[in-house]
Amino acid sequence: MPGLPLNFYLRAHKVRYVIEFHNVHKTYRVAGKDIPALHSTTLRVESGQVFGLIGHSGAGKSTLLRLINRLETPSGGKIIVDNEDVTAMDANGLRRLRQQVGMIFQHFNLLASKTVADNVAMPLTLAGELSRSAIEQRVAELLERVGLSEHAKKYPAQLSGGQKQRVGIARALATKPKVLLCDEATSALDPQTTASVLQLLAEINRELKLTIVLITHEMDVIRRVCDEVAVMDAGVIVEQGPVAQVFLHPTHPTTKRFVQEDEQVDESEQRDDFAHVPGRIVRLTFQGESTYAPLLGTIARETGVDYSILAGRIDRIKDTPYGQLTLAITGGDMEAAFASFVAADVHMEVLR
Amino acid sequence: MDAFLSFFSNIDWLEIWLATGDTLMMLGGSLLFTIVLGLPLGVLLFLCSPRQLFEQKTVYAFLSLAVNILRSLPFIILLIVMIPFTVLITGTSLGVAGAIPPLVVGATPFFARLVETALREVDRGIIEATQAMGASTRQIITSALLPEARPGIFAAITVTAITLVGYTAMAGVVGAGGLGDLAIRFGYQRFQTDVMIVTVVLLLILVQILQTVGDRLVVHFSRK
Repeated sequence: MPGLPLNFYLRAHKVRYVIEFHNVHKTYRVAGKDIPALHSTTLRVESGQVFGLIGHSGAGKSTLLRLINRLETPSGGKIIVDNEDVTAMDANGLRRLRQQVGMIFQHFNLLASKTVADNVAMPLTLAGELSRSAIEQRVAELLERVGLSEHAKKYPAQLSGGQKQRVGIARALATKPKVLLCDEATSALDPQTTASVLQLLAEINRELKLTIVLITHEMDVIRRVCDEVAVMDAGVIVEQGPVAQVFLHPTHPTTKRFVQEDEQVDESEQRDDFAHVPGRIVRLTFQGESTYAPLLGTIARETGVDYSILAGRIDRIKDTPYGQLTLAITGGDMEAAFASFVAADVHMEVLR
Repeated sequence: MDAFLSFFSNIDWLEIWLATGDTLMMLGGSLLFTIVLGLPLGVLLFLCSPRQLFEQKTVYAFLSLAVNILRSLPFIILLIVMIPFTVLITGTSLGVAGAIPPLVVGATPFFARLVETALREVDRGIIEATQAMGASTRQIITSALLPEARPGIFAAITVTAITLVGYTAMAGVVGAGGLGDLAIRFGYQRFQTDVMIVTVVLLLILVQILQTVGDRLVVHFSRK
C-alpha cells in the first residue's frame, strides 16, 4: 500500500465522471455592480466518490454546489451532470435533474407543517410517479435506513438536530438520486451528532454507490468522509487532490490554514517553541500500515541517532491510518537515518 | 336585581335577534369572499415582490399601489362610493346583500397584505429545499408555501374577521342593518343606553369567540 498514491488505486478501475464543470463561472449583479462569486472553474467528480469542497464563508463553495442542481444559473461555461448538459435544460429537464440530485442543508429545511413521514414522502408525491402504497413502503424503508422508524408520525419540532438531519437525508434519498449534495450538513450539530451523521453519509456512499458532494468549513469533516477535496478561496479552487495528499502535504496558504485549524497548532508559535531545541528538526508522515510499524526505534538503533518527539498526531483519513510526527534528531549517523526513513516510504520534510 | 332587569325591559329582543343574524350573515359572507379573493392576491403580491420566485417589479408596484389606495380610503367613504357598483352586482345597495360588496372590497386588500406577510415568514430555505426536490412553482406554492404559512394565514383570517365586525357596524350608514346599526340608531341617536349595552356586549362576545377559535387554529397548525 505505501508508495503509490491513494488515487492510483481509485484510478485503476475505469473512471466515470458524474459531474463535470467546464469553465463555469458565476457573477452576481448587486446594486448595478458585478460581483464574481465563482471564477472560471473546471472540475470533475468521479462517480461513487465523496467529494469535499472546503472554504471560508464567501469563498464560493455554496454557489458551486447550487450550480450542480441548477438552483443557481451559471453566467457562463458548461455543466454536465450524469452525461446531461444541465446548462441548456428547460423547466421540465430541471425537474428531472433535481430528482436525480438529492440535497441536504445546514438548517435541515424540513417542513414544520408535515410529519416526518410526510416530509420524506414529499419528493415522491411531487414527482407523482408512484402510487400511495408504493410511497408509504419507500418511506418506511428510508426511515428504517436512517434509524427513525419509530418517529414517523412526529413533527420536526419534536426531533433533535441530529434526527432532523437524518430526516433530511431520508428525504434527499427518496427519489433514489445518483448524487447527494450536502450544504454544511453538520455545521449546526454538536461534535458527537456530527460524527454519527458523517458515518451515515459514509455508509450511504458505500452501500448505494451514491456520489456525494459536500461543502464545509471544517477540515475534520473532509478528513473523516471525503475521498477527494477541493479547497476554495475567493471564488477559485486553489488546491485539489486526494484527501490524504492535500491534508498531509498542503501547499496553498489557505489549505495550510485549514489543516492547522484542524490540528489546533499555530506554526509560528511552534517555531518559537522549538528554537532552543538542539539538533535537526524533521517532520515524518506515515501512511497506511507503516503507521503502526516500529520504524522509529529500529532506525534509531541502527543509525545511533537520538530523537525526541516535539509534536505529533496519529489518526485516520477516512479509512487510512496516518501519523505525522515532528522530531528533533541529535547525534549518530543522521544522513543514514534520513535515508532509512525515505527507504521505508516515510515522507520526510526537514524543517531545520 | 329587579332594578337591573327592569333596566333592560324596554328592549325589543326580536330586533336584537334579527340584528345579530344580519351581523353574522354579513360577517360570514364578506369573510368568505375576502378569503377567496384575498388569498390569491396575497400569494401574487408575495411572488412578485423583490427577490421572490416571480420577482416582477412593475406588477408588484401596480398591485401594491392598488392595495394601498383601497386601504387608505376610509371605509365609510368606500361604502358610499361603491353604491353604484354594489347595485350592479347585487341589485340592491340595501340590507345584507348591499353591505357585502363594500365589506369585501374594504377587507380584501387588508387581508392580502396580511397573507403576503405570513408567506414572507416562511423560511427561504424551505422554498429552496422544495425547489431542490424538483417541485414546479405551483407545487412550491401548494405543497410548501401555503402549508408552512398556515398558522400565519389563520391568524390573518382572525384579524380580518374581527376588523369586518367593526366594518359591519359602519355598514348601517347604507341601511345594512346588524348590531352596529342598532347601536347607532337606538343606542346613540335615541339615547337608549340599554340597547347600546346589549349590542356592545353581543359584539364583544362575537369578537371574543372569533379570537379564541382563531388562536386555537393557529396553535393547532403551528406543530410546535
